[in-house]
Amino acid sequence: MDPVEEKISRYIADNILFSKHGYPHPLDASFLENGIIDSMNVLELVMFVEENYGFKVADEDIVPDNFDSVTLLAQFIRRKQALKV
Amino acid sequence: MMNLLNFSKKSLALDAQAETQRIIESLRETVNQRLHRQGAVIGISGGIDSSVVLALAARAFGPERVVGLLLPEKESSPESAELALELAAAFGVEPVTENITATLEGAGCYQRRDEAIQRVFPQYQPGWKAKIVLPGDLLDQGTLNIFHLVVTGPDGVEMRQRLPLREYYQIVASSNFKQRTRTNMEYYHAELRNYAVIGTPNKNEHDLGFFVKGGDGLYDIAPIRHLFKTQVYQLAEHLGVPASICSRPPTTDTYPGGGTQEEFFYRIPYDLLDTIWLGFEQGLVAAEIAAALDLTAEQVARVEQDIVRKQKTTAYLRSAPLGVE
Repeated sequence: MDPVEEKISRYIADNILFSKHGYPHPLDASFLENGIIDSMNVLELVMFVEENYGFKVADEDIVPDNFDSVTLLAQFIRRKQALKV
Repeated sequence: MMNLLNFSKKSLALDAQAETQRIIESLRETVNQRLHRQGAVIGISGGIDSSVVLALAARAFGPERVVGLLLPEKESSPESAELALELAAAFGVEPVTENITATLEGAGCYQRRDEAIQRVFPQYQPGWKAKIVLPGDLLDQGTLNIFHLVVTGPDGVEMRQRLPLREYYQIVASSNFKQRTRTNMEYYHAELRNYAVIGTPNKNEHDLGFFVKGGDGLYDIAPIRHLFKTQVYQLAEHLGVPASICSRPPTTDTYPGGGTQEEFFYRIPYDLLDTIWLGFEQGLVAAEIAAALDLTAEQVARVEQDIVRKQKTTAYLRSAPLGVE
């Protein structure tokens, strides 16, 4: 697994799902449709991204296309990191 | 399955007379027969929901067995009390006013909330306007439900910032003292008379989680919980609720900056939300609903997703107290 996907899924498993067996969903499973996280958890994920990846998430970036699965979030982080280089 | 050809905003139309009768019978049966209470206490805010509930209770139990409880605090709009008194007079119900400011100050409601606001806007001072809002225009934006804090200083300049989680939790937890204190007072007045507390949530508030657990979410019976907001307005008209109340935009009246329920929570006007929701519940596809409302299927789908998300993510609020299984 890519380290970004690994870190996101571990964070959600440990801090939001309290899962004893790692992240229990496919990485591309929709957070909201599957009830994996709620809107407050989205805010938590925004803070997780800002604290761990060194950029500020703009309001217009907080959309399902960027924040609705581990895969989408990892892609968003990689796009933003590529812009920084 | 609904008749597609006839689907429109008018599909929400009620037989107001029959619905009123059904609710009145249910109120009597539940409060008198099942709960063995002899009347009703209703917190009245001058809003449409509590007004309709008071009117229904007055018909069910007689106005002499209904108490309309006004529960203002220092940040309440004065208009709320004026309209609530007008309502009580219109239905011949005894109004009782309990100002809850001192209780809220004792609990630290304002101080705890302002402390959190000042962490976001250090220049904020008590007395400034402040409110929490969601991104507007759900029809045209697929943004998630992330809350923003909006404050307005004495110079009228408005500042807006996304709320960090810790501050969001503190502002909501502090503000919720208001609803919970009101419920405490409602039960005081109910127990004083052996009456029941009648809740005022409508279907939108209950199903989408727009209430405070242990606050306005706590009551003995909620007679309009099955009705969409637009249907509550229909009952209001039938019951003769004063026009000044029917024409007032729904407000939370919780934050010192005011704010409508639409900007705080629902993100689109009620009539659209309710019609889309009804079509969705009846099994119509987004394109069919869109055609009836002159919207696009994508816009309708966004609203439907928002409904489903809110239902799922607020299930905790509707959960009864749990035990060990």
